[in-house]
Amino acid sequence: MEQNFLLTYLILIPLIGSLLILLIKKEQANLIRYAALAISTVAFILSLIIYFQFDSANSDFQFINKIDWIKGLNISFHVGIDGMSLLLVLLTTFLTPLTLISSWTSIEHKVKEFTFFFLMLEVGMLGVFISLDLFLFYIFWEAMLIPMYFIIGIWGGKERVYAAVKFFIYTMFGSLLMLVAIIWLAVYAIGPLGHFTTNLIELYTVAPLIPMDIQIWMFLAFAFSFAIKVPLFPLHTWLPDAHVQAPTAGSVILAGVLLKMGTYGLLRFNLPLFPEASIQAAPYISTLAIIGIIYGALVAMVQTDVKKLVAYSSVSHLGFVVLGIFAMTQESIQGAIIQMINHGLSTGALFLLVGVIYERTHTREIADYGGLAKLVPVFSFALMFASLSSVGLPGLNGFVGEFLILLGSFKSPILNSWWFTVFAASGVIFAAVYLLWMYQRVVFGPVKNQKLVGIKDMNQREIFVLVPIFILIIWIGIYPGTFLNISDKSTAKVVKQIYNPIKVNPTELGLNQHQTNEVIKR
Amino acid sequence: MFNNTQEFFNVLPIAIIGAGIIISLLIEMYSDKSEALLPWFSVVLFMAAGLHSLYYVGDVSIVMQNMLETGGNVNIFHAMFTLGAAIVCLLSIDYIKKYGTYFGEYYIILQSSVLGMMLMAAAKDLFVIFLGLELMSISFYILAGMNRKKTKANEASLKYFLLGAFATGFIVYGIALIYGSATTTSIDYITTNFEALSGNLLFLTGVLLFLIGFSFKIAAFPFHMWVPDVYEGSPTTVAALFSTGGKAAAFSAILASLFALFNGPAGNLFTPYLAVISLLSMFYGSIVAIAQDNIKRMLAYSSISHAGYLAIGLAAGSHDAVAGVVFYLAAYTFMNLGAFGIVSLIEGKDETNLNINSYAGLGNRQPLLAALLAILMFALAGIPPFAGFFGKYYIFIAAIKSDLTWLAILGVLSSAISVYFYLRIVVLMYFKSSENELVVEPSRTSLIAIIISALIVIILGIFPGTFLEIITKSLIKIF
Repeated sequence: MEQNFLLTYLILIPLIGSLLILLIKKEQANLIRYAALAISTVAFILSLIIYFQFDSANSDFQFINKIDWIKGLNISFHVGIDGMSLLLVLLTTFLTPLTLISSWTSIEHKVKEFTFFFLMLEVGMLGVFISLDLFLFYIFWEAMLIPMYFIIGIWGGKERVYAAVKFFIYTMFGSLLMLVAIIWLAVYAIGPLGHFTTNLIELYTVAPLIPMDIQIWMFLAFAFSFAIKVPLFPLHTWLPDAHVQAPTAGSVILAGVLLKMGTYGLLRFNLPLFPEASIQAAPYISTLAIIGIIYGALVAMVQTDVKKLVAYSSVSHLGFVVLGIFAMTQESIQGAIIQMINHGLSTGALFLLVGVIYERTHTREIADYGGLAKLVPVFSFALMFASLSSVGLPGLNGFVGEFLILLGSFKSPILNSWWFTVFAASGVIFAAVYLLWMYQRVVFGPVKNQKLVGIKDMNQREIFVLVPIFILIIWIGIYPGTFLNISDKSTAKVVKQIYNPIKVNPTELGLNQHQTNEVIKR
Repeated sequence: MFNNTQEFFNVLPIAIIGAGIIISLLIEMYSDKSEALLPWFSVVLFMAAGLHSLYYVGDVSIVMQNMLETGGNVNIFHAMFTLGAAIVCLLSIDYIKKYGTYFGEYYIILQSSVLGMMLMAAAKDLFVIFLGLELMSISFYILAGMNRKKTKANEASLKYFLLGAFATGFIVYGIALIYGSATTTSIDYITTNFEALSGNLLFLTGVLLFLIGFSFKIAAFPFHMWVPDVYEGSPTTVAALFSTGGKAAAFSAILASLFALFNGPAGNLFTPYLAVISLLSMFYGSIVAIAQDNIKRMLAYSSISHAGYLAIGLAAGSHDAVAGVVFYLAAYTFMNLGAFGIVSLIEGKDETNLNINSYAGLGNRQPLLAALLAILMFALAGIPPFAGFFGKYYIFIAAIKSDLTWLAILGVLSSAISVYFYLRIVVLMYFKSSENELVVEPSRTSLIAIIISALIVIILGIFPGTFLEIITKSLIKIF
């Protein structure tokens, strides 16, 4: 097979870059900042090159690079992308340099360690989205916890230690069960394929053969791990702590990219690997998603802390994504993908804005604010824009995703009930309530808190970070086709894999049932 | 004694250490510079034996009238013991100075314990196992009490001696029963005739006693009582050796003597026993470690839980499982040596800084040591991309292939619990600050030893393939 090294380079740039940063003296904080920015910008440019070379009419994995790694176990460094992963790769490389700029002045101590962990985090996230080998995927999935753990734990707020440890153990617990499932799957593949493998493309043909009674357990092991990351109600309790305690850059990446790893996992692994189990589980998981949408919105409504409010809004928004995935129609899955991007942009922007104002006032209590419109007009406008995008105002990005998900779930043959759509739609209304109400209390009214008087409006650097995000928000809102086209063929393929899984017949490989069992035993 | 020079060449690593002990005795007796000479002589000795074993890993042969085996796994174990011991020597140079007086016998006894380990791994006869075990254990009892003036060290030594002797009693009694029913102590004979022998209750009782005795030595629950006290009381460098070489040697003896049985028709006989002790060790070790304030005791309980993971491999009893156990032991050896190495530096002159709170703020005060310890803690917790993760991965593969999926699931649950106490050290080092202004100045030798351990842990974690190939290839030759 022809090898394409672009994706490998994409991983190597931040990896080598972060190691190089370790060589810079820690006193040269500005040099470190510029170096990290340059490295992540190069990665972004490379991902754009990949985007322009990407053939969106092709539903197969592209840019495949397969290098033998652990031969005894048939594990290879096997990467490749399709439309779904490309969008998330772009989101990752796009947000990383922006968050680095946003933390230019807010991270003052241990800049070197911070940028090192941040670039390592980028390596981990990119790795998760491009791995086509379950072992490789798992390595990235787990290894990524380490930098995030340090980012929350070292640069976080008051309760950072609690939040960091909770984040780490919660996610680790879920993924360890997935590890057992991955190994089980690889051992199972010995039957039909004749060799132990964690190669995803091979497993796509094998896993749907698993008998239903076991398949459901496999599905649950994977889904549990991803549901924690999403986070799906009732596994969301780590999220508010992690979000509130993390530094702004950490929250932006956490909300913008990390949570998507969960929904991406559901889409990449659960649906195509265990189609029958997915269909069976769909109504239950969709119900949890709906509960998440409404619960997240209601809890967000009563928050007194702006950052916590945005954190809970994530629970609600990600509920939409999960609903879209488990409605299992092409519209809903397309909607889910675009909603992942949307959430990354608008929630990312909201966290950035909360960070901007927090840096000036050192408070996040809604009650401490009021009347910002007169004091910091640019900030107020930006917050309005990000809130409206998050609410799903037609013409902005949020609307597109939510509309597609609602449409898809309405006509979903799997869910087969319009109640899901009705309840989900109520979430849109709630979103308007909590965000606009928050906006009203923070920005309008008289200036009650005298400490606010005299704070500076957003500076050029902060505006520079938000402008690209806002351009994309409008772009997706007005012409989503650019982005929908990228993932169109890949989502169509996922849908096909659910309803007509490609199964290999063990007898075709010249093994009869008895031999197959023998192979499994061995 | 030797049929040809080739045979002698194959047992050279064992011979090197044996000759080294005699030379070391002479150095200690007749040289005034013993203090400067002996540590480095030991390091060179261990390196020579270790590199020889690694280089000739493919030369599988049975030597000395079917008493010893060389090549393959045996050589990997030999390399593990000797290179591990070399690291312990490097750490000891600094450590011994803390006591104010110099003990030359320390290095000589260290060498004899390693000789014992090597005999255990190479044994093809139950008597050789016993010989190696006694040589190792008696050396260990002395090493545990090396610091004569400390009460805790005396306690550790005595406790280790009494319980160790008790366990050895089980093993000898087991060997006696096996000999009584099989009329031989040749491992090959016993394994090939196992089916015929297994009808004999006396024989089975013998094997079970033998296994129970070794359960003491690998520090598995419920035979673990000595572990925390002995680790706490012994000199830290010695505890590092107990927890790595000592444990690996016990596992190598189990593999050498009983593996063929597990893998054969009688596998199912012992699986329940091994599965149960593995389960209990994993959970007991992980849960009790959470409550520890003393880092040496914490590492002791962590060592119990690691014995549990390794016992999963024994219970699975397949070729994959042996490869997994060997890989895991190699990874564990270097993770633990590195961790104990850092503990030996931080604990200070009178071992005052053994409380985990001494590690608070270490990330600020000593970035290098803290980063190394963090890597080792993540590795011990089994988080990729470090070696501990791959070891667990491979052992779980073996378990699932042998229909022990339930044990693998419980194994991952226990490692999720263990993450908590490993992370606690990282939390203290990086997320907490302290009034404690303690800064230790590690000597270059200790630092090199720790860096080498950490590098091996990283390299084995990211590129496990080559090492794994060596292990699996040698297995095919042996069985």
